[in-house]
Amino acid sequence: MQPLIFGHLEPYLIVALCLFVLGLYGLISRPGFIGMLISVELILNAAGLNFVAFNTFLAPDKTVGQTLTLFIMGLAAAEAAICLSIAVVVYRRFRTIVADDISELKS
Amino acid sequence: MTFTFDPSLSLYIHLADVAFVAFGVLALLGGLTAVAARHLIHAVLGLATSLVGVAGMYVYLGTHFIAAMQILIYVGAVCVAITFAVMLARSPSEEDQDPRIAPGKVVAGLCVGLFAGLILGAAVLRTQWRASATVVEGTIQQVGEGLLTHYAFVFELISLVLLIAIVGSVVLARRGRRTPGGK
Repeated sequence: MQPLIFGHLEPYLIVALCLFVLGLYGLISRPGFIGMLISVELILNAAGLNFVAFNTFLAPDKTVGQTLTLFIMGLAAAEAAICLSIAVVVYRRFRTIVADDISELKS
Repeated sequence: MTFTFDPSLSLYIHLADVAFVAFGVLALLGGLTAVAARHLIHAVLGLATSLVGVAGMYVYLGTHFIAAMQILIYVGAVCVAITFAVMLARSPSEEDQDPRIAPGKVVAGLCVGLFAGLILGAAVLRTQWRASATVVEGTIQQVGEGLLTHYAFVFELISLVLLIAIVGSVVLARRGRRTPGGK
């Protein structure tokens, strides 16, 4: 017998799509740096889930998606470390992490 | 690839379906909390919940190693790092909530999100996905061999990027400390 839900590709894609849309919404609507970073993590996760789902169901070589997802995780960790230290430095300098308030170059 | 099971296991398959839906709901509710919570620390908790839900999906896809790495790297490392930043970037006396979410930004975010969601959702639902025959099975041993042969260069590049990121973040965070109080 075939499982009703988890044996098909579409449920995984829909969950990943919802996570991606949520991340996109958060990236635009969040005022602070850290809120934006959280949204970016959601988007990267949706991408990773998509890679593994497509790879498991469709691709002939089942190692590619797992490898790519591992790379995405490594890059996301590096990106989070850099972004967080930038947020800390910006907070020390400007006493705020609201992205719109940091506009020294605007005349 | 298709999942096929013995019909005598149907009860367990239905239970597994229910658990799959539960993981999906966990991922989506966590994501919703992560983008909509007023307090940043609640957003981090929502992110962790969402990541655990996605890890459950990885288990259903048969990639247990990725699920374990998801929990270890994302929930264990990235979320803890974000929590540290939330605590460092706000003095304890201050309220740690994201200030003034502008209504214009919310509308813009909704528009962009709905636009992308409609286009991608139509693409997901209307495409006829065709599977090709499995050539490489995708066990963890084969993934490891691929990392050390086929993708060795990318692997080394990622380790270099991680090293630079660590050194860079240490340098960035230390430089601010020399002049306390900023400008």
